[in-house]
Amino acid sequence: MMAKPTAVEQDLPSSLENRPAEHAEKHPAAGIATWADERVGLAKITKFGLRKVFPDHWSFLLGEIALYTFIICLLTGIFLTIWFKPSMAEVVYDGSYQLMKGIPISEAFASTLHISFDVRGGLLLRQVHHWSALLFVAAATVHALRVFFTGAFRKPREINWLIGVGLLGLSLLAGFSGYSLPDDLLSGTGLRFADGLIRSIPIFGTWIEFFLFNGEFPGDMIISRLYMVHILLIPGLLLALIGAHMALLVYHKHTQFPGPGRTQNNVVGYPLFPVYMAKAGGFFFIVFGTLVLFGGLFQINPVWLYGPYDPAKVTAGSQPDWYMGFAEGFVRIMPPWEWHLGSTTWSWNIFIPGVGGLTILFTLLALWPFVERWITGDNREHHILDRPRNAPTRTALGVAGMTAYAVLWLGGANDIIAIRFHMNLNQITLFLQWALLLGPIIAFIVTRRLCLSLQRADRERVLHGSESGEIVRTAEGRYYEDHVPISQDEAYTLTQHAQYQAVEADDGTSPEGLAGPAKVSKKRAALSRWYLGHDIRKPSAAEIEEAKHHDDHSDHDDHEVEGSSDKPELH
Amino acid sequence: MSNDDRPVLDPTTDHVVPNPGVEEHIERFTDVDKGAGNRAYAAILAMLGAVPVLVILNLIVYFAIRRHTTINIEFAGVKFLHASAQNFLLGLTAGLGVLLIGLAVVQWARVLMDDHEIVEERHSAASDEETRAIAIEKFQAGVAESNVKRRGLILGALGGAVGTVALPAVVTLADMGPWPTKAMRKETIEKTLFAAAPEKEVLLVNDETWRPIKATDLEIGQLVNAEPSNLHGWVDDEGHHHHEDALEGVEGHQAKAKAAIVIVRMDPNDIKIPESRKDWHVSGILAYSKICTHVGCPISLWERQTHHLLCPCHQSTFDLGNSGVVVFGPAARSLPQLPITVNDEGYLVARSDFTVPVGPSYFERDSRNDYKDGDQ
Amino acid sequence: MNTETKRKRKASARPWLLVLALLVVGIAYSAVAPSQSSADTEMTQQIAEGKALFDVSCSSCHGLNGEGQSAGPSLVGVGAASVDFQMGTGRMPATRGEAQIPTRQNVYTQEQIDAIAAYVATFGPGPAIPEQSQYDPEGLTEEEIARGGALFRANCSACHGIIGGGGAMPEGKRAPSLADTEAVHIWEAVRSGPQQMPMFSKEVLQDDDVREIIGYINNANEQPRYGGLGLGDHGPVTEGLWIFILGIGGLAIIAGWIAKKGARAR
Repeated sequence: MMAKPTAVEQDLPSSLENRPAEHAEKHPAAGIATWADERVGLAKITKFGLRKVFPDHWSFLLGEIALYTFIICLLTGIFLTIWFKPSMAEVVYDGSYQLMKGIPISEAFASTLHISFDVRGGLLLRQVHHWSALLFVAAATVHALRVFFTGAFRKPREINWLIGVGLLGLSLLAGFSGYSLPDDLLSGTGLRFADGLIRSIPIFGTWIEFFLFNGEFPGDMIISRLYMVHILLIPGLLLALIGAHMALLVYHKHTQFPGPGRTQNNVVGYPLFPVYMAKAGGFFFIVFGTLVLFGGLFQINPVWLYGPYDPAKVTAGSQPDWYMGFAEGFVRIMPPWEWHLGSTTWSWNIFIPGVGGLTILFTLLALWPFVERWITGDNREHHILDRPRNAPTRTALGVAGMTAYAVLWLGGANDIIAIRFHMNLNQITLFLQWALLLGPIIAFIVTRRLCLSLQRADRERVLHGSESGEIVRTAEGRYYEDHVPISQDEAYTLTQHAQYQAVEADDGTSPEGLAGPAKVSKKRAALSRWYLGHDIRKPSAAEIEEAKHHDDHSDHDDHEVEGSSDKPELH
Repeated sequence: MSNDDRPVLDPTTDHVVPNPGVEEHIERFTDVDKGAGNRAYAAILAMLGAVPVLVILNLIVYFAIRRHTTINIEFAGVKFLHASAQNFLLGLTAGLGVLLIGLAVVQWARVLMDDHEIVEERHSAASDEETRAIAIEKFQAGVAESNVKRRGLILGALGGAVGTVALPAVVTLADMGPWPTKAMRKETIEKTLFAAAPEKEVLLVNDETWRPIKATDLEIGQLVNAEPSNLHGWVDDEGHHHHEDALEGVEGHQAKAKAAIVIVRMDPNDIKIPESRKDWHVSGILAYSKICTHVGCPISLWERQTHHLLCPCHQSTFDLGNSGVVVFGPAARSLPQLPITVNDEGYLVARSDFTVPVGPSYFERDSRNDYKDGDQ
Repeated sequence: MNTETKRKRKASARPWLLVLALLVVGIAYSAVAPSQSSADTEMTQQIAEGKALFDVSCSSCHGLNGEGQSAGPSLVGVGAASVDFQMGTGRMPATRGEAQIPTRQNVYTQEQIDAIAAYVATFGPGPAIPEQSQYDPEGLTEEEIARGGALFRANCSACHGIIGGGGAMPEGKRAPSLADTEAVHIWEAVRSGPQQMPMFSKEVLQDDDVREIIGYINNANEQPRYGGLGLGDHGPVTEGLWIFILGIGGLAIIAGWIAKKGARAR
């Protein structure tokens, strides 16, 4: 309904005259706040967000490190773009670094040397930028591990997990494209490696190579194209995805670890304003300060030592930055498998570890929440995090994956290990080939057993309390260690987790007919049993009550920690 | 099955111990002890107060210390740090300053701000049935108003139109590089500068000094990192640089990425020379591509006694005493050998191009002619 | 604080080079000295001394006439430079056969090494111990030293690594670090090709080229680490290691401090 014109006229004076009078006696900031509220609804936003609760745990700050290092990369990166010239045109070096005097080098490399030696503070910011980039990927990786091992990716956060996987993949590309820009011997060797990887792609490889490099390697365009990728394309995508990542985080509210008073329906912690804001804001300065100290104290990527890139030159100990180390290692320890079919060549020795390794890693990561949900049949929302021991198979799979990653990582440094520890390069490679096959299996078995032992220990603790360290002698002359019951807070924390039963096979023809459950294959049921069926059953309320009585009567001879019959396993 | 809540073994066991509620709030020392509070306050002020001092120091360093001044810190005779003074001091002052701001603010939050934890309700992301029903209703109203039900073709037409528009967007990228057609490959990745031989004399010259190499100047166990003379010209005995057919810039880099070679001299009695390569060498002087057949790193890590050539990137190892076959590592193909001979003056020259493409594998590469261990 | 490094030889090399220079001058003098017969006698005497030492220290592996055995290669034609390098760096006499002959404290005097070198040189023609002008990088211009860097990257860095820090070779062998190697020994290694190292003849890699390379190695190793501490100087491998240990580790500890509830009143 439109208001009548007369009504509008009547309204106008009141809004113009009355309001300033109201505000006259208020704080000057209120005027600004009102101004903003009338335009964007500041009060509504403040009401919604200002006292939002964030739970406190050190591991929740890992993602913050990633966010802050990204911001630091943006800030320092802007400084570097003021001088850097993404050009492969050749110039004769005439800067102040003596050991490069008169050498023909690319403008990209010359400007990198200029930043390092002839711009005050240039070396510092270059080093902060590089350290920050290394820390960005490292923090994102460790943050992803925290989310994985605590099950924070589960419903309703699968979408945010996918965004996170995308961010992690982009962070690798961001790092690699930056590593390639200075056009020193190391970055050029990295590009040569990338060229080899691209070429190994069946059918399209040569085409992609020619399109990326504008012809055969190295061409004259790759640096300027990577520059665009590094300072525009990837940061833009990262910014957009980080925005979505944070928005979903706020929308879902943060997960929390189990503890007294913590339930699936609440979140316990400090309000955003002021405590969390101060802690998070302060942490930004701490991360920034730490990285500036890194840049001032620790040398990183001394490009002037590597010299300019030349496709006929190389140096021993050529490595990518750490985040590509696993792909590099996989390529190093891969057996020489190549097919020569007719007039075609299929380089499995490069394609599988190089392109395949990255694809497999990110595909597995992206699919995992959905795979796990399919195996467990779990459709509940989860806001309380898993203690890793309470998801033993997931934890064991994660550790197995980390073991494989670590083996590949070592492979990427096999020559450095050989020279540093006086070992045989060839034997390291052979050892790592076997370690890649066997290591994850051993890690899986050990981790799962460890988790189950911890579950057992939790159960014992809930039932019988903690060991007091006091040895008591009974009247009959028997000895036992006195146990002290644990607090209700702890007992609650140790027993709040849900106990899952494996999905059962079902051919879908249940007698109830219409409302019968969907079909479940025998294979899926078996997988579900393998995944869930080993958990140590947590004590029931009756058992806890029973144990209390039991302990009160001081009959302590039958609660050995291992092997007693009162710890049924789930099947 | 996958979408119900059945898997929990026994929902009643979810909370076997009653929820004790959020732990009781206990006050901090800084809350109850006025002295402790004041000390914490003073410490925070001191940290923040130090920042301007560090900033001033930072500015002094920026303007007062010359760029190329170095700092040398020795401790008990051990060289600890020998670095750019400006970088070190700028980083130290700025880093500490920024760090102190962070530590001060965090400490403020930890010891001076109220630390009562708050419990906030959490709600499921899912909408209730009523909202869903309204949402569906609204959506259907929109669908109805758009008339797509009656004029259904419009959606398909729109989809098709947008789809076709994507085509030029992709095709516009087709000029990102030349197309590696068969003819293009023959002129680029399947050809090196040595292809000019034998019509034109292509000398093998030292990399960086560009001096041609006399066969008699090479001794057993010698290695030369070499290039063809039509890459960067060649330098004669008087030091005169013959630039006639030198390549510049990108062309030079592309050519060098394929034409780089290593020349080694071995005792002909120690090595296997197959029948087909009998006249590819000059009394034990053999030339091989320097570009690894794995991913293309330049390799020159040659062991004179074992005749093995190691790639520093991925440790592929080739036996130059046996036509470059792979003896270790991820490379799958032998290192291409360059047929060489000597000219009238005794300088090493190429007889022809490599007989197979050099460098890393690619899909269209015909790898049937590569040398395999035991070929004759 | 001191100003930008100047090109200079290693201080430790000076007395050693002086001795060598004196020796070279001595030999040169005796060679051109008027009394041809007395010079001959001196030479013969030195060779005889060398043979005596050789028989005791070397012949068990290399054979009585340096013809080589299973335990040690033939020394025919290796030249005096090779002997000076192998013994001067303490590689020879080797105590046992292993993938990589290690360097040890050299227990021979320069006279003894020269005597053995003179004797070994009689087995066949090979590179002689160089004169200082052949290897001494003194007097090179900045451009020449920079060119030495390009030559180093073309011929040396593949095995010996960035600025000669050393690198891994197959089967437990390694290309040693050149940071502390005497200039004369670098020259001798280039010319003689010790163990698995290929050799570079003087016609192909001329003495001036080698001087430039040596000049580059010395300068590159003496210059400051402009960016700060090297943290192991193994490039991205050690950089990655430290970002996890100090970066993630350090910040995780700080994060623990941030999230931890401080000391309570009770």
